Amino acid sequence: MLIAKLRFAGRRVLLAAPTLLVIVVLNFGLLQLAPGDAADVLAGEAGAATPEYMVQLRQKFGLDQPVYVQLAKYVGNIASFDLGYSFRHNQPVAQLIVARLGPTLLLMVTVLLLAVGAGVLMGALAARHLNRWQDNVISLVAVLTYATPVFWAGLMLIVVFSVKLGWFPTSGMEAVAAFHTGWTRIADIAHHLVLPAVTLTLFYLALYTRLMRASIIEQSTMDYVTTARAKGLNERQILLWHVLRNACLPVLTMAGVQAGALLGGAVVVETVFAWPGLGLLAYDSLFARDLNLLLGIFFVSACLVVAVNLAVDMLYALLDPRIELR
Amino acid sequence: MALPVVVVDSLTVDLPPQGERPHAVEDISLELRANEILCVVGESGSGKSILARSIMGLFPSPQVRASAGRVLLHGENLLAASPARMREIRGTRVAMIFQEPMTALNPVLSIGRQIEEVIEVHGASAPAQRRRRVLDILAAVHLPDPERIAHAYPHQLSGGQRQRAMIAMALVLGPECLIADEPTTALDVTTQAQILKLIREVQRDRGTAVMFITHDFGVVSEIADRIAVMQSGRLVELGEAQQVLGAPAHPYTRALLEAVPGLRPPPARADFHARPTLLAVDSLHKSFRSGGRLFGGGVRVVHAVKEVTLCIRQGETLGVVGESGSGKSTLARCVSRLVEPDAGKVIVGATDFTALSGGALRAFRKKVQLVFQDPYGSLDPRQKVGAMIAEGPLLHGEDPGRARARAAELLELVGLDSRAAGRYPHEFSGGQRQRIGIARALALEPDLLIADEPVSALDVSVQAQVLRLLADIRDRLGLTMLFITHDLRVAAQVCDTIAVMRAGEIVEQGPSERIFAAPRHPYTRELFSAVPGQHWTARAAPPDPSPVG
Amino acid sequence: MREIFRRFARNRPALAGVAVLLAVAALALLAPALYPHSPFEMVGKPFEPPLASTLLGTDQLGRDVTAAVAHGARVTLLIGLVATFIAILLGVTLGGIAGYFGGWVDTLLMRLTEIFQTIPFFLFAILLVAVLTPSVGSVVFAIAVVSWPPMARLVRGEFLSMRNREFVQACVAMGMGHWRIILRHILPNSLSAIIVTGSLMVATAILIESGLSFLGLTDPNVMSWGFIIGSGRTVLRTAWWVIVMPGIAILLTVMAINLVGEGLNDALNPRLKHL
Repeated sequence: MLIAKLRFAGRRVLLAAPTLLVIVVLNFGLLQLAPGDAADVLAGEAGAATPEYMVQLRQKFGLDQPVYVQLAKYVGNIASFDLGYSFRHNQPVAQLIVARLGPTLLLMVTVLLLAVGAGVLMGALAARHLNRWQDNVISLVAVLTYATPVFWAGLMLIVVFSVKLGWFPTSGMEAVAAFHTGWTRIADIAHHLVLPAVTLTLFYLALYTRLMRASIIEQSTMDYVTTARAKGLNERQILLWHVLRNACLPVLTMAGVQAGALLGGAVVVETVFAWPGLGLLAYDSLFARDLNLLLGIFFVSACLVVAVNLAVDMLYALLDPRIELR
Repeated sequence: MALPVVVVDSLTVDLPPQGERPHAVEDISLELRANEILCVVGESGSGKSILARSIMGLFPSPQVRASAGRVLLHGENLLAASPARMREIRGTRVAMIFQEPMTALNPVLSIGRQIEEVIEVHGASAPAQRRRRVLDILAAVHLPDPERIAHAYPHQLSGGQRQRAMIAMALVLGPECLIADEPTTALDVTTQAQILKLIREVQRDRGTAVMFITHDFGVVSEIADRIAVMQSGRLVELGEAQQVLGAPAHPYTRALLEAVPGLRPPPARADFHARPTLLAVDSLHKSFRSGGRLFGGGVRVVHAVKEVTLCIRQGETLGVVGESGSGKSTLARCVSRLVEPDAGKVIVGATDFTALSGGALRAFRKKVQLVFQDPYGSLDPRQKVGAMIAEGPLLHGEDPGRARARAAELLELVGLDSRAAGRYPHEFSGGQRQRIGIARALALEPDLLIADEPVSALDVSVQAQVLRLLADIRDRLGLTMLFITHDLRVAAQVCDTIAVMRAGEIVEQGPSERIFAAPRHPYTRELFSAVPGQHWTARAAPPDPSPVG
Repeated sequence: MREIFRRFARNRPALAGVAVLLAVAALALLAPALYPHSPFEMVGKPFEPPLASTLLGTDQLGRDVTAAVAHGARVTLLIGLVATFIAILLGVTLGGIAGYFGGWVDTLLMRLTEIFQTIPFFLFAILLVAVLTPSVGSVVFAIAVVSWPPMARLVRGEFLSMRNREFVQACVAMGMGHWRIILRHILPNSLSAIIVTGSLMVATAILIESGLSFLGLTDPNVMSWGFIIGSGRTVLRTAWWVIVMPGIAILLTVMAINLVGEGLNDALNPRLKHL
């Protein structure tokens, strides 16, 4: 059984490889689409690079050679984690990205846990009180938050909780000149995290709540629920011991599928709250027309999403004994 | 006489207001006694399941509820009991098993855990003791290696093992009453025989009162001490098994019993040996791969059809019988080229069907038509019946007016009003839909008609009508048929020749009379001896084989 | 058909959604008549609050927010509808081929769909628009490219199950060709699922469009709701009205589409309704 699970895990890791390859090819395709040749893009269109360096770049990427050779070289470079150089920031792209990875991960993981956790709870609550006021309130809130654009929700929260009430800071991850250390620093970061995390959570919370509610309702019609009743279990026991675990499975699948979307949402939220993560970096490079940096961010985000998906798959395999069959 | 454990006293259960009839069951009174098996028999919609569930207090929806009468368990009215009291009773004094053990068990919990739970919710004993009891009960239902089964998940067991586990779960606290709702309907005939034997055994050992719900008179004759016959929510006959089976008093019971096909084939219709061969299947092979992904992983190959060779003469009906997974359906689909065989030939008349492709294949397809199992899935829900029947001829270049006229004729031929042409499939009953399916297949005037379990989804009385219709049309049109079925009684009625399949291979083949009278292969003998109710049908008069028009 | 309409008409949230959508559509159609001048034109002093000289006030450049919201409705609805239409075409085609023909075609297409579904699609849309330079066309293209995977998966599932249904097998046995089977028998039976999912996709498309234009990735010559909010965020503290109204417009439109979509779902698949 354990061996089967490990083999499953190994297979999933292998399956991630073609995903990354497709993303690299997409990146390459975007490079080809951009105006000018790849060297222009890679040098940042800025003229910041010397002509000698441009020649060197063109050689390195084999721009005088056929497209498939260029592609092969590009894939080779990325495989060795060479994402190029950003002339705007005067730093290698990889280095820039690594520096911004932490804040984005912090935001993303917080939101994922909050949204899935609270969504499961709210969905269960709504399903438990089907068509009663609790269900109606939860459903109404879900319909509203599901329709709210994330950036606008963020701005509104800033207006209310930062500008009017002054409870939370409007932007950044840490108080600028405070130089907190230890626990006070952690508390400070948590304080800054509240609004961006809540903003992003609101939207996904709605998604998971609706899914969980529907999933519980569907599972409640299954035969094994009748069996449980025939065994003398009460409704609470049936929900906790039988329905919940089965109902969580589609939510978990959705959490994996939505990881990519969540990262996209993070870009918007980071720009609204000036949260110093990958999203803000992407926004800045968008204005600086630093396309190469943007491509690097896209690639790394995709890796991140693949990693989250792997984690979700493992969790799924733990929760569902049938998975070894696949 | 044994004491009544459960007394159902003038019980009426209401259906939701907009339903077909106001009551699911109406004014039913019966007793369930200790140490007996009471079979409740009826066709679909007779209310037999609702009757069973009202004893457990498990109605399918809040709108279905008992409106009159009492259900007494040793004098205590269960219909008036509080929900908490009902939960106390369920599992300890009254337990239930269901039709489909795969869905009735929770897929993500181990078998042991699901059984232990029953002990736990009804006043837990120490964990070690609970586990002991789980293993004991698993052994009592003759599951091999109880330790392993307890740790297994439902998907890791076979259908028979799952049903045994369900029975163990129901019996673990020694209830005095067991409700069994069609517990063997989803099982193969050999597994069914084993489960029936088990239910009989545990019932005798423990003196349990068993209410056994079924639609199958064969099963009834194997297991019943007493029989209750239901029709449209009413109890029409109640009595000792021998008396109800031997001398039924109510006309409905008599009609039901007469509709059960006998196990003795009618005398041979003709000698087909002299006739020309219409279908020749030569070393047909088909295997399916599953589980194989881009990066290895266990690829499992199932050989669904292995080196099958058979032939059907002009006008002959060949029955292919076998249990689920024997490959009989795949064989039918290969012969009709709905599934591409891996190797082998299918020769229809003088044409190699397997060698055709493209337009030639499409043109030739009209010679081989199918009648399917599912009366609901086999008709396009968005197409009118007339258009559906005329579609085939139109496709092959028939004039629209003539195709329509032909569709009307065919509807009458299969016993429907020709005005049915203007209606949609959902307006018809299951048996009528099967008739429409037959008309659609006949519209192309096929040389070979393949019937894939054409009556297994139908109630026994409807089944008898459709079988008679098929036999009649076959005789009138001189049709050649390949008839796939899991039901040996059905096969005995319509087939001239029988081929028995197991695990993709034909193990025995021969004239129906010979096969039924003297099966040679050990598997054929096992299969035939597992058919429930043989002694009863052997005693009963053989049904009238003459076709009814 | 009448039955479906009756079920839909009984669904009050869905009817409210229809009303809101009709209002937004009317606003979009009438915008050139109500505000014939360009929404980029200055009509008054900067930072005039609502009801001072115009209905919804002016922004930091003295542009009329009301005119901007009205013209924005045109652009947002147009982009949402066109992008969704392209995404539906793509999704139905790819999903249909995968589901009907199965085999390696299916494996290949579904792997591709999965990959497109896992990549951070909003970032991908940003990249596409940035590379192609922002214009109505590139925004529509980017949204369509990132929106088709769910539709492809849905249609693939529908076609796959339909392919194995006995009535389709009967068609094959009749000698019917693939195209006739797909167009006459499978597609009509999958249509209700496609309509429901398609209508919900419009809502997502509008959210993506507003996100892109919020970040400035929009045609510089057309006004859209996200763009107003994006340009107004710098004056958040002084002129809240600049961002509140377009935000509410997006919220109402998206919510209305979702409600209508759910209403359609309940009306077309009544089996699920009582659950």
